[in-house]
Amino acid sequence: MIIEQSVVSFIAAMGFAIIFNAPRQSLWQCGTVGMFGWLVYVSLARILDVNIVIATLVAAIVVGIYSQVLAKWFRTPIIIFNIAGIIPLVPGGLSYDAMYFLVTNNYDLAISSAATAAMISGAIALGLIVSEIINQIIRNTNWRKYHNEYDRKGVTR
Amino acid sequence: MEEDAIMKVCLLAGKIMLQSGAETYRVEDTMVRIARAFGMEDAQAYATPTAIMFAVDMTTPSNFVRIDQRATDLHKVTKVNGISRYISAGELTLSEAREQLLQINQESIVFPVWLQILAAALASGCFTIMFQGTWRDFIPALIVGGAGYYLMIYFHKMLKIRFFAEFLASVLLALFAYLMVVLSLGVDIDKIIIGSVMPLVPGLLITNAVRDLMAGHLVSGLTKGVEAILTAFAIGAGVAIVLLVVF
Repeated sequence: MIIEQSVVSFIAAMGFAIIFNAPRQSLWQCGTVGMFGWLVYVSLARILDVNIVIATLVAAIVVGIYSQVLAKWFRTPIIIFNIAGIIPLVPGGLSYDAMYFLVTNNYDLAISSAATAAMISGAIALGLIVSEIINQIIRNTNWRKYHNEYDRKGVTR
Repeated sequence: MEEDAIMKVCLLAGKIMLQSGAETYRVEDTMVRIARAFGMEDAQAYATPTAIMFAVDMTTPSNFVRIDQRATDLHKVTKVNGISRYISAGELTLSEAREQLLQINQESIVFPVWLQILAAALASGCFTIMFQGTWRDFIPALIVGGAGYYLMIYFHKMLKIRFFAEFLASVLLALFAYLMVVLSLGVDIDKIIIGSVMPLVPGLLITNAVRDLMAGHLVSGLTKGVEAILTAFAIGAGVAIVLLVVF
């Protein structure tokens, strides 16, 4: 199931990169972003049975950090990678359920699905923000402070 | 006159980026960086999704560019970003930068429309599997998703009314999905619709809205957020109408 999901999410993310006209040489990287984000979500939500809002939050953080790394590495704007990872997490199924219950007069179920969908959207936004903060911390930390004599010389070790 | 030329390069770079779907803060940042590289220390830039304002200095008259059409073309965003890097590093002269920007502005999209439709179709099929659909629904979702994306492009060209193209496309998309199930090609209409609606979802707008809000660009962030919500509502209403009639 994991292999199936990873292949499928890789192709879907690459498809989205093509829809958004991402540069040709960054297509496969977009695919890996989508795959990692989705694998984190699936293994948390479906295998470990974590709450889906939390799973989405963690997946969005992973997507944010990974795409920040790719953006620094390949010197490209970060949105290219961000989108590919975020789109699978968008609560399409829940919004659909909300609408389905609404048109079949199940208002209670409609409201609960809509509320969960809204919370997932919030989790995506929060995940992006948290990953940005983590990246700023990494960038601004004075790493040299933690270097010690073992680090570079190698002789004293 | 030198100043005029620099200003034109900055505005052109900003215009291309904003038309191609870059975040607003990136547009402003790029324009100010280019201006600084050519010796304008105090350049002022203000961009919203529909307009750019730019002034060389605080007290000089400001210039204005109106953005009418917006598309998603991340390839161009990357290229202009690269050019601004070269300019900042002092590796491009003003006239070279201008020529390259004009060339980018002329370029058409990297991927032909048929390839985009194919990509949308494949993505739809894959999303059906990702949302726990069965492999029997893969092919129907593939066909419905491709058709839905093509219809959206078509309606966007025909009708100049925003959000209505998404609405019409999702009405027809849901009808196609219903047809697939009636003809017993597909099994689960829910999974087919969810998968094939994904290419219409305003993913770029959502991420850009969040990133703009985080960068402190409240006006742009809010307008993009509202655009995303309205698009989502248009898609939802389109599917809901078909479901109302069918069930």
